[in-house]
Amino acid sequence: MAAVAALHEEFKKLGVVVLAMSTDSRFVHKIWQEQELSKMVEGGVPFPMLSDAGGKIGAAYGVYDEAAGVDIRGRFIIDPDFLIRASEVLTPEVGRNPQELIRQIKAFQHVRATGEVTPSGWQPGQATLKPGPDLVGKVWQVWKP
Amino acid sequence: MPGMKDGCVKPVRGPIPPPSASAAPAAGSATSQEVTKMTARVGMTATDFEANAFVQGKGFQPVKLSDHKGRWIVLCFYPGDFTFV
Repeated sequence: MAAVAALHEEFKKLGVVVLAMSTDSRFVHKIWQEQELSKMVEGGVPFPMLSDAGGKIGAAYGVYDEAAGVDIRGRFIIDPDFLIRASEVLTPEVGRNPQELIRQIKAFQHVRATGEVTPSGWQPGQATLKPGPDLVGKVWQVWKP
Repeated sequence: MPGMKDGCVKPVRGPIPPPSASAAPAAGSATSQEVTKMTARVGMTATDFEANAFVQGKGFQPVKLSDHKGRWIVLCFYPGDFTFV
């Protein structure tokens, strides 16, 4: 959570709304913010911390672990048309990589704006692909891993 | 932190099924008692919901996902407060 919060300025620049959610109550969120998060990130976590009491929202998103009673690490990118563009789900032991999240947002924003597609590991400024009959069998001419 | 508000007095709705899914069993029955099925899929419309939230500097307030329609949204689930993410 703190790692994502540290990149808040970057999310703001990209026009992204970040929402964090766990099965904890809003009261626990407040105390976590005061006792710990505000000491990791200056000013605390700046985005809303949502409470998924009972895990129903997590269940709808396929990330609720019924046995443990918690939402596992699921992350979804939703575009301005309200379509889910990407999801990544990890079991709790491994934290995520917010840089990859930022990369994916930039790629989806580029794709949505231009109609181009982005190859593996694409970063802004790098070559994109223009899908069509002319590209079939010729990707090797314009892109290599 | 003075001046924070509690806007979470009324209960929130949790997951909000799309109109087609809720049409059949609705008719005034409590939809919140139904078993929640996984509806979120990549490439599909996001499942809407309303949840209580803590917002830094503001206090407690309900947040509805579709209130942010028209913007890019990152929705992050995590196992629990006081764990690393």
